Amino acid sequence: MLSLWKVSKTSGVFEHTKNSLLEFFSVCKSFGGVKAVDGCTFSVGNNTITSLIGPNGAGKTTIFNIISGLTKPDYGKIKLLDSEITGLPAYKIAQAGISRTFQLTKVFRNMTIRDNLLIAKKASDGEMKSALARVHLHKPLDMAAGELSYGQQRLLEIARAVLREHKLLALDEPTAGVNPQIRQELKAILRGLKEKGNTVLLIEHDMEFVMNISDEVIVLNEGRVLKRGKPQDIVKDKEVLEAYLGK
Amino acid sequence: MIHEFFIQDFTWFFIYLIIVLSFNLAFGFTGMVNLGHMVSVGIGAYTSALLTLNGVPWYIALLAAGIIACVIGTIIAAITVRLKGDYFQIVTLGLIFIAIAVSRNWISLTRGALGLPGVPDIIRSNFYYMLFTMVLSLMALWFVYWLTNSETGKIFQAIRDDETATAILGKNTYFYKVLSLAISTFLAGIAGGLMVHQINFVDPSIFDLEQFIIILFMLIVGGLASIKGSILGVFLLFALIDLLRFLVVRPELIGPVRQMALLLILLLVLIYRPKGIFGKVDI
Ligand SMILES: Nc1ncnc2c1ncn2[C@@H]1O[C@H](COP(=O)(O)OP(=O)(O)OP(=O)(O)O)[C@@H](O)[C@H]1O
Ligand SMILES: [Mg+2]
Repeated sequence: MLSLWKVSKTSGVFEHTKNSLLEFFSVCKSFGGVKAVDGCTFSVGNNTITSLIGPNGAGKTTIFNIISGLTKPDYGKIKLLDSEITGLPAYKIAQAGISRTFQLTKVFRNMTIRDNLLIAKKASDGEMKSALARVHLHKPLDMAAGELSYGQQRLLEIARAVLREHKLLALDEPTAGVNPQIRQELKAILRGLKEKGNTVLLIEHDMEFVMNISDEVIVLNEGRVLKRGKPQDIVKDKEVLEAYLGK
Repeated sequence: MIHEFFIQDFTWFFIYLIIVLSFNLAFGFTGMVNLGHMVSVGIGAYTSALLTLNGVPWYIALLAAGIIACVIGTIIAAITVRLKGDYFQIVTLGLIFIAIAVSRNWISLTRGALGLPGVPDIIRSNFYYMLFTMVLSLMALWFVYWLTNSETGKIFQAIRDDETATAILGKNTYFYKVLSLAISTFLAGIAGGLMVHQINFVDPSIFDLEQFIIILFMLIVGGLASIKGSILGVFLLFALIDLLRFLVVRPELIGPVRQMALLLILLLVLIYRPKGIFGKVDI
């Protein structure tokens, strides 16, 4: 932990005082002519809820894909605790402790809920049921995941990501397509996870949600970090309002 | 005493059951549409034929049929498995044409279009050979059932449903895809060996697309990712062929009528019941 702190300090980029769990340093990624991520540097503090916000096409999902190893960056470094994970295959990064969900939900449609969770962790039925109960998904374990509604599939995907042993939980728009009541529940779930020592990185369009639960907000625009700070400072920031709300 | 006709029929049933189960493992359970499945069967047939014709005991030859098909299958899998979707299918389809070209032109080994006649029997009695194929196909059945219900088998199915999601849950999907094809081609090679000792002959026509359509029919009609489905699919095809043999009086019509009937049924199933009879997944 101490050495970590030194890393961030010597790099001279990070001002925050908390130890960082994930560091994203000078990362670039282009698709053809589109600079999806254009020299991004930020870190995610250990045991925080950090939100990544920004307009459509800002590069948020691309950053998640780079973190989880699905997209190789053109340039830059990514560190999880004190080990570099840049360029590792996705399954190794997952094994190193990153658990994520997708903007477009990816459950195993033809498999049962039980088998969906089993791929994440060899858990007992009891453990699975409590993982589902935590996201308020009360469905039999033998039900095919493809028979769940879109919102329920999203909850299953979240439960699956949470069930895995992980250091960082990265959620790409967890509230999209989920009803307002469950949206409130999700807040409680994320807070509960944080209390248990989890670290959450969140992409979210629902500002009320973001401002309510984030310790730290990183604002992206056109592949660059525009601002980072406490939610209460971000909402007041003129530059952010201009970029994000297009005002 | 069971009629000779049924003995032959059941022997083929058991051999095809192994072929379709192994096809299902890669296609239905792992989502890899390996259009070159019959290539592995053919490699097994040629291997066991060549070895026994050169005096190697049948049990070594039969095992070698599985191993050679598996080694070649694994090498090809290791190269092609990274290809996405359609490209994998195109390459595996191409394997059929490579296999035809090699078996026709490598005359010093395969005698080309003349084929390899006089492949010795494993067991002289047809009845006991049927029992032998039955035992092996029951072993394959049990193995595929056990495998698809194991953790490894669940990972295969997860890859079929969503490979990216499987990878981000910490599974090396490349390894599991190659593993699935390695097992599938091993079983196909054994089935090829059993086939060649049944007809005592092999020639390049084993790679013909027609052969492939037969196993595709069995798999699709029975249903993907269903073991019950594979058993039923193989059974229905043989029932259909026997039925046509009784119904069609003019022998020169049997071939064309059979082909048309197979394709028609395949089409009807694809239109009205795309999951097949016992299928669990969409194609
Ligand atoms: N695989 C890809 N191929 C080509 N362009 C891509 C690819 N992935 C992303 N992009 C482009 O990169 C840019 C950033 O996309 P990204 O999906 O990261 O945005 P986002 O911030 O997640 O947006 P949204 O809020 O709409 O989800 C966009 O212009 C997008 O079109
Ligand atoms: Mg996105």
